Order: sequence, then structure tokens, then C-alpha cells
Amino acid sequence: MIIATLCGMGFGTSMLLKLTIDDVLKQEGMTNYQIVPWDLGSFKGQRADIVVAPTDMESHLKDSSAIIVLIKNLVDKAEIKEKILAAVNSLEG
Amino acid sequence: MGAELQVSLKDALNAQTVKAKVAATSWEQAVDVAGMVLVQANLVEPRYIDAMKKTLRELGPYCVIAPGIAMPHARPEDGVIQTGFSLVTLVKPVTFGNAENDPVDILLAFSASDKERHVTALKEIAVFLSNDGLVRKVRTANSNDQLLDVIRDFERINS
Repeated sequence: MIIATLCGMGFGTSMLLKLTIDDVLKQEGMTNYQIVPWDLGSFKGQRADIVVAPTDMESHLKDSSAIIVLIKNLVDKAEIKEKILAAVNSLEG
Repeated sequence: MGAELQVSLKDALNAQTVKAKVAATSWEQAVDVAGMVLVQANLVEPRYIDAMKKTLRELGPYCVIAPGIAMPHARPEDGVIQTGFSLVTLVKPVTFGNAENDPVDILLAFSASDKERHVTALKEIAVFLSNDGLVRKVRTANSNDQLLDVIRDFERINS
């Protein structure tokens, strides 16, 4: 499964999200995933099963066919865990 | 990625790169101060400050990553000299236009020379900022020395 984390430049926010999601999924014992940071300039045309982004980037994801996960507090592991696991489960279910 | 190339938070945040209780009345002023700290520490060229503000205007205030906390930055080609961070707290919070997490009184600006070197520090920042007690101490620190004490507290907990 490919999980993309999105932000404006692909350095800060998306990297922060990638690190936290990686932690969460490892704790769940998952191995069959890949997390790629995307930036707004280059994500169009790329494919992912799940896209995770800060809440105020929602408008950029209107046309995406992936499952969209929007995060309010990017350092709140509980919020990220709950939302990413729900997305993973709906994908695998 | 080579561990020897990684910048740690402890190395990045020092007497030169932290600034407590700065007076700013707009997000632009706050970013100016956080950027000026990076310039004075010889981490970025002055044009990097404008690039951070331009990024915020064009891509939106998503760099307000948690309640009260912003992580402004721009790209390596916008004048980065070295990977580094600055930590600035404000006397009075300012509004960035982020519906979820405004207003902001803690700025963690950074310069990344590539996509790797700042990742260890980012990892530490994620742990640091998820500790409410430490964030409260950052918020209430009245001097640069007190800010550095909080960083040392964090190092103790995290090591």
C-alpha cells in the first residue's frame, strides 16, 4: 500500500507526518506499506492508496481518487493514529 | 542517510538560535524575527526570509502544525547555507489564518539544505511538541536561558 503525505514543499509538514505515520504503523506490526512525502508542485499524476494532508490543504485534493485523511494537529499522535488506521482498515476491508 | 550528516535538535537550538518573548504584531513580523535568527546564525541568506513569507502566502498557513505552533520554512534553493533551526516565542500570539491552530506564539523556523539532514531534528520536534508539559514551559519561558533549559529537559527525557 502506498501512503502519500502532502504539503507545500515536501520538506517539513509532509516529512513530520511521514515520521509519525511510520511509527504508528510499525507499532501495529505492519510492514506492507510505503510512505512517500509529496509536494503540491509534483503530486498531480502520482498514485497513492491513501493521501494524508493538513486540514487546510483539503481543497487541493478534490480530484484525488485516493482515500483522503485530513489532520488538524500534526504532532498529535492519537489523532493521526485513529485516522490513519481507519483509512488502512477501510482499504483492506 | 548518514547519521553523521544529521543535525540534532540539541545542536540546532543553542544560545544563538533561540529567542524568548519577542514582540510581534503580525505573522509577517514573527516570521521576520525567526528568519533573522537563521540569518544571524549564518544558516541562510537574507532572501530566505522573503521566501518563507512568500511560501506562506502562496501555499497557505498549513505550517501552523499544532495549536499555537508554526514551523515556517522555504526551499534549499531559496538561500539555505546550512541545515538548522530557530525557536522564537512571542509575547502576544499572532494570527496566521489557520482555522484549526491559530493564534501562534511559538515559531520553529528551519532551513533544510537537502531532504535528509533535518529529519533527525524533525523526529525530535515531533516528540518534543507532543509533550504538553514541555510546550507549556516553552510558552512561559521568559528568557533565552529558560528556553535552553527546556531543551535540556527534553534531552534528558528523550535520551
